[in-house]
Amino acid sequence: MATDSDDYSWPDARGHFGPYGGLFVPETLMHPLEELREAYEIFLQEPAFLAELDADLRDYVGRPSPLYFAERWTRELGGAQIFLKREDLNHTGAHKINNTIGQALLAKRMGKTRIIAETGAGQHGVATATVAARLGLECVVYMGEIDMARQEANVYRMRMLGAEVVPVTSGSKTLKDALNEAMRDWVTRVDNTFYIIGTVAGPHPYPAMVRDFQAVIGREARKQILERTGRLPDALVACVGGGSNAIGLFYPFLQDQGVALYGVEAAGEGLKTGRHAAPLCAGRPGVLHGNRTYLMEDEDGQILATHSISAGLDYPGVGPEHAWLRDSGRANYVAIEDREALEAFHTLTRAEGIIPALESSHALAYAAKLASEMDPSQIILVNLSGRGDKDMHTVAALAGGKLA
Amino acid sequence: MSRIAERLATLKAWDQTALIPFITAGDPNPEVTVPLMRALVEAGADLIELGVPFSDPMADGPVIQRASERALAHRTSLRHVLSMVHAFRQADLDTPVILMGYLNPIEVLGYAQFAEQAREAGVDGVLVVDLPPEESQELAAALRAVGIDLVYLIAPTSTEKRIRAIGEQASGFVYYVSLKGVTGAGHLDLDAVAEKLEEIRQNISLPVGVGFGIQDAETAAAVARVADAVIVGSALVKRMESLAHQPDRMENVLRDFLGTLRAAIDRVDQERSA
Repeated sequence: MATDSDDYSWPDARGHFGPYGGLFVPETLMHPLEELREAYEIFLQEPAFLAELDADLRDYVGRPSPLYFAERWTRELGGAQIFLKREDLNHTGAHKINNTIGQALLAKRMGKTRIIAETGAGQHGVATATVAARLGLECVVYMGEIDMARQEANVYRMRMLGAEVVPVTSGSKTLKDALNEAMRDWVTRVDNTFYIIGTVAGPHPYPAMVRDFQAVIGREARKQILERTGRLPDALVACVGGGSNAIGLFYPFLQDQGVALYGVEAAGEGLKTGRHAAPLCAGRPGVLHGNRTYLMEDEDGQILATHSISAGLDYPGVGPEHAWLRDSGRANYVAIEDREALEAFHTLTRAEGIIPALESSHALAYAAKLASEMDPSQIILVNLSGRGDKDMHTVAALAGGKLA
Repeated sequence: MSRIAERLATLKAWDQTALIPFITAGDPNPEVTVPLMRALVEAGADLIELGVPFSDPMADGPVIQRASERALAHRTSLRHVLSMVHAFRQADLDTPVILMGYLNPIEVLGYAQFAEQAREAGVDGVLVVDLPPEESQELAAALRAVGIDLVYLIAPTSTEKRIRAIGEQASGFVYYVSLKGVTGAGHLDLDAVAEKLEEIRQNISLPVGVGFGIQDAETAAAVARVADAVIVGSALVKRMESLAHQPDRMENVLRDFLGTLRAAIDRVDQERSA
């Protein structure tokens, strides 16, 4: 799978993307991570494993996901043509399942009987609970107490699927604390437990492994746009929290120097207010959750609480490969405020009859800005990473009403 | 020879097991830390482990997490912790002090600057929970240059190959994490600890401290039978927590509790030399 980008060989053998990434975990986890890396390297070369993964992605997830030309929205914007990669149409409603399917198959091959995960918006938790149900594995999902309140429906879905959802009450009670708690569980029950991390962050091999499972997005998109238009897009746009849908789209295009890459972070109430979740735009490098990357931290190195309208982007770190793509200049990282994302959410809903997730709405908002500065002959490909059904309560509350 | 190595060698010569209490700096407020460190020494501490509070302590159980939160409520930073060690050193030039914490606050300060300031303050050792040997070369070099020991963890999951690699880099002592779990967990398996220590000693000549599951005098004594040093953290911090609103009683309670551990360990040492 690492053949997508022949000249780009990150991470190195020890999991580094330039100065980023690596393995910053307590000693107890070092050998288990070594075992995971070995298993991952073996199985991703094994035809039977890859065939099973492909069959699951086709028959269970519903891949390939369509590439949709947003014709009416494009006309409204009057600039570049916008194509949407429809990850919202996957089973469970987002790109997250591409990765959980892969890691759960790996867990099964490694003989693990128990799966744990952290979740912010609940999409990764649902995607994990889903594959655990299908494979008959015990599943525990850690979720911040605040996130549980704002994503009630997903909590209910996970419980229906048979997962135990454990509220996390420490620290800021959001995604970063759920990750801490999942790590603590893993340290304690490492013998029978597989930790399915939901994004391209964490200790090696997770950033590379999750990228490889998500790269199916970019492989399909590259093929589809070539078939449809006979050429590569001028720009790719994807939202970045931890960054798994963005890296999944970008990775197979990294060698295509003519394709500009835009990762869109959450500017929350504005980068100047400090109430945001944009470490690449406004943070600095540090070490958290097993890897070195850009972080939101104070002058003492304590991790800051973040803010975003979208729970899935509300994280103070970001995958180390994005940190490297930022520093190397291959990708550009920008930020979109809550109100801009919300506007894009409504615009796409009305223009195309597609209700996007608030996370993906950040990418849409930036794509709209970009499109209007570009020529109608040019092409922007946006990763529509998830659907917005889960966000009805948030959007209704902001409109001053609530659901019946 | 570092202050840590010297202290542990002296104890070994006298057939004594070291007692290493852990408290979080700044818990429940920064004013109490230095007097508490002095009280711990008077109650029988041979070395002191001082926790540097961090917002995301992923290897710690709820007791030490809450201690970190209390300390951070007073904005206890790494710089403050260093100034506490400096204050402690004004009256105690003998008791080794080891800082225990996570990497990010050190990254922010910068390795060379941290090493220099730690040396000036009188720090003897540093244990960084999320810094395994694979990633530690740079910090190890900075600390070595100023004569500070970098203390490594060894875990029940560490393979013999890893133990050997850790032995090649470690100085002062190595810290065996006695169970798979977070600090303060309660499922210590003493036979398994004894067996693993055997494996560690075959590969590493440094003294071995054992911590993570020691709750009371009984477990402290049991660990003293096999280890060179007994490390007690959560059990102490839990007692401090119960007195959060009566900080003036804290010193006596800590003194009493550490005293019972000291007595239990001393009995083991006497039995052994008898």
